[in-house]
Amino acid sequence: MANFYTDNTDLKHHLTHPLMRKIVELKERNYTDAEKFDYAPLDFDDAMDSYEKVLEIAGEISAEIVAPNAEDVDHEGPHVVDGHVVYAQGTQKNLDALVKAGLMGISLPRRYNGLNFSIVPYIMAADMVSRADAGFVNIWGLQDCAETIYEFADEDQKMRYLPRVCAGETMAMDLTEPDAGSDLQAVMLKARFNEADGTWRLNGVKRFITNGDGNIALVLARSEEGSKDGRGLSMFIYDRNDGGVTVRRIENKMGIKGSPTCELVFKNAKAELCGSRKLGLIKYVMALMNGARLGIAAQSVGVSEAAYREAIAYARDRKQFGKAIIEFPAVAEMISNIKMKLDASRSLLYECTRFVDMYKTYEDIARERTLTPEERAEMKKYSRYADAFTPLAKGMGSEYCNQNAYDCVQVHGGSGFMKDYACERIYRDARITSIYEGTTQLQVVAAIRHVTTGTYLNKIEEYNAETYAPQFDALKAKLVAMTELYRAAVASVTESHNTEYLDFQARRLVEMAGHIIMGYLLLGDATRNDSFAKSAANYIRFGEAEVKKHSEYIANFDIESLADYRQA
Amino acid sequence: MSLNIVVLAKQVPDTRNVGKDAMKEDGTINRAALPAIFNPEDLNALEQALQLKETHPGSKITLLTMGPPRASEIVREGLYRGADTGIVLTDRAFAGADTLATSYALATAVKHIGEVDIIIGGRQAIDGDTAQVGPQIAEKLGFPQVTYAEEVKVEEGKAIVTRRLEGGVETVECPLPCVVTVNGSAAPCRPRNARFIQKYKYAVTPSEKATLEGAKLALVESRPELNLYEWSAAEVNADPQQIGLAGSPTKVKTVVNVVFQAKESKTIEGEDNAALEELIKDLIANHTIG
Repeated sequence: MANFYTDNTDLKHHLTHPLMRKIVELKERNYTDAEKFDYAPLDFDDAMDSYEKVLEIAGEISAEIVAPNAEDVDHEGPHVVDGHVVYAQGTQKNLDALVKAGLMGISLPRRYNGLNFSIVPYIMAADMVSRADAGFVNIWGLQDCAETIYEFADEDQKMRYLPRVCAGETMAMDLTEPDAGSDLQAVMLKARFNEADGTWRLNGVKRFITNGDGNIALVLARSEEGSKDGRGLSMFIYDRNDGGVTVRRIENKMGIKGSPTCELVFKNAKAELCGSRKLGLIKYVMALMNGARLGIAAQSVGVSEAAYREAIAYARDRKQFGKAIIEFPAVAEMISNIKMKLDASRSLLYECTRFVDMYKTYEDIARERTLTPEERAEMKKYSRYADAFTPLAKGMGSEYCNQNAYDCVQVHGGSGFMKDYACERIYRDARITSIYEGTTQLQVVAAIRHVTTGTYLNKIEEYNAETYAPQFDALKAKLVAMTELYRAAVASVTESHNTEYLDFQARRLVEMAGHIIMGYLLLGDATRNDSFAKSAANYIRFGEAEVKKHSEYIANFDIESLADYRQA
Repeated sequence: MSLNIVVLAKQVPDTRNVGKDAMKEDGTINRAALPAIFNPEDLNALEQALQLKETHPGSKITLLTMGPPRASEIVREGLYRGADTGIVLTDRAFAGADTLATSYALATAVKHIGEVDIIIGGRQAIDGDTAQVGPQIAEKLGFPQVTYAEEVKVEEGKAIVTRRLEGGVETVECPLPCVVTVNGSAAPCRPRNARFIQKYKYAVTPSEKATLEGAKLALVESRPELNLYEWSAAEVNADPQQIGLAGSPTKVKTVVNVVFQAKESKTIEGEDNAALEELIKDLIANHTIG
């Protein structure tokens, strides 16, 4: 039986990272749940065994059900019937299988019927589901909106909504509006408190809402009449069972066609406030977006994996000039490039996920008891790392996903341009990853302060201080040299004290940091596991050239030349 | 009403993925080269049982299998999907059983379970393809039987079964208790469940429990649901003359390794009735038709 977990040993490599022991111990509060729940682990080994067994289930469903349905889902797509979404048949089958398998509410606590897993295996399942069907992972992956309810809603709301998510109800986050995309401060959807029946009522329109007809939605709306900016926005929970929201249309998209992207009309829809008024955008959406960005980073890696598998299978099979095309250096290099970018972005994804796991678990423990000063310091450290690595993993991972899909089509030649091969769908599906949940340009905006404040450089120095296998000394020396170029480039840009100039060079600086970080991560992978040696070497050579290119561009740039880029 | 459901399942070599090492020199199955799996149509049967359990809350599903001790693997596979407990009918005395001896052994085990409302099994196992065991169990227990089932419901104390027949479907009503054998065309079995796999991964038979120690043993001791049953011939009061080789009238004389080869083809030219007649005569002669 095909299985996307067992056929990909790289996943187990990341699952068994040394930091997992700490993460699982914190998450399981020293394994005290075993007394209350018959599915809670006894110890670390038991927990890891459960993670693996559950990932095998997710891998089997991805390979045996979701992947075979992907093509039909892409053709059929969802449609609107009487103001509600009807999924493509394959989508419904995928969802039914994952729900029956209990793969909803994976990271929620057991008292709400969740699995209480670390975020790492959850993201790993998303990685595999995305490899099977990048459009479908959106619907399934929106379960992470439940994290926002868990973190910010009151206990009564948690008890009412979270078990429903664990039982398989889907979610949506209703943020975007026709005039509020990247700039969510412009959200207009009206929320008014109805004194007569003591409920909040929502009126207005939302657009581009993924799985907009989901059972439970988090809605960003303007609760403060007359306000204009983000401080007038609050977060609401809308329950589809209460009615009041209809789907006006589903967008006709380039890719991820199985995922219904909805335009929603709210007509006096009943909703309940989640958390405190006025914190909707400034606190809750920020938390929601960070989770969503990590999800897109996982989706990107999954699509890269699919691109790699399709490319290498075709290149081995296709014969020209009397031999398989994979034997031609030009093709072999394309495939090596796909693989190194896949490995680099996956390594960054799980590093980032571990950071998120660490600080979120400490935050959760802090709800039960006061953290020790050491724990508090750790929480802050990992929170900062997560904040720095999330835009990097999403930004660079999604760009690599696009490049990999492009190269995958290229390996297929003319056949890749036809609808007959999966690479055509992969190419279309990949395109959205660098756009939604914040474009790559917005990821750079989020990441650049970690360039200027030195978070990346500090982390790079920590990586440098770690021990790697001696055969990688030469590669490590390259990373040290790259770091010097990065340090100099950052200094030259920041010393200008010109924000326009910093914005202009920001993407180059962020990418330089990314190349060095991914280089070190791959060295770590190769030290633990020989199978990463090629990707580490290839990636560091590639990153070295990229860092030199950016370094030279920055060094040679005259600030006066900014005028050449301004558009009237 | 809640139901006592018994699901019959067999652990079989995966004959769907036969490689060149599948047979030994002497024509017997090389079990080492073939992974042992849950017989596919028994999974269809389990799904019907699980659906009955959903529509009849409080129902209990017992998975019954006969085989070597390691057949406990498929009992756990059943638990991971929603079965409640399982029995491995295992004894050297059961070895070498044909369908008659197998159905006798399983029927005695069902009697030993006690009150049963419905017994559901796959139509046939992929290692024998006889489709005899289910019907023979029904005969031995004196229960009515429904074969080729695609959908099993229980309403007002009766089983309502949709059967797949050549050229159509038929819905029949059958009193309980009864035996139903399920077709591969029925709904596929649901996947293993994340909670159940964590709950039951340490479920063991007594012989497996004997190898445990420490925390694992303590866990099994403290949770009754982790203790599976392992029944011998004596336990179920089986007549030694009716089980295993002694109870099997079927004797295998030889096993021949058949290698499929493409046959020579013959082309009949022409567009008139004479050509057609020649073709029909040929097809009748080689028994393709008629």
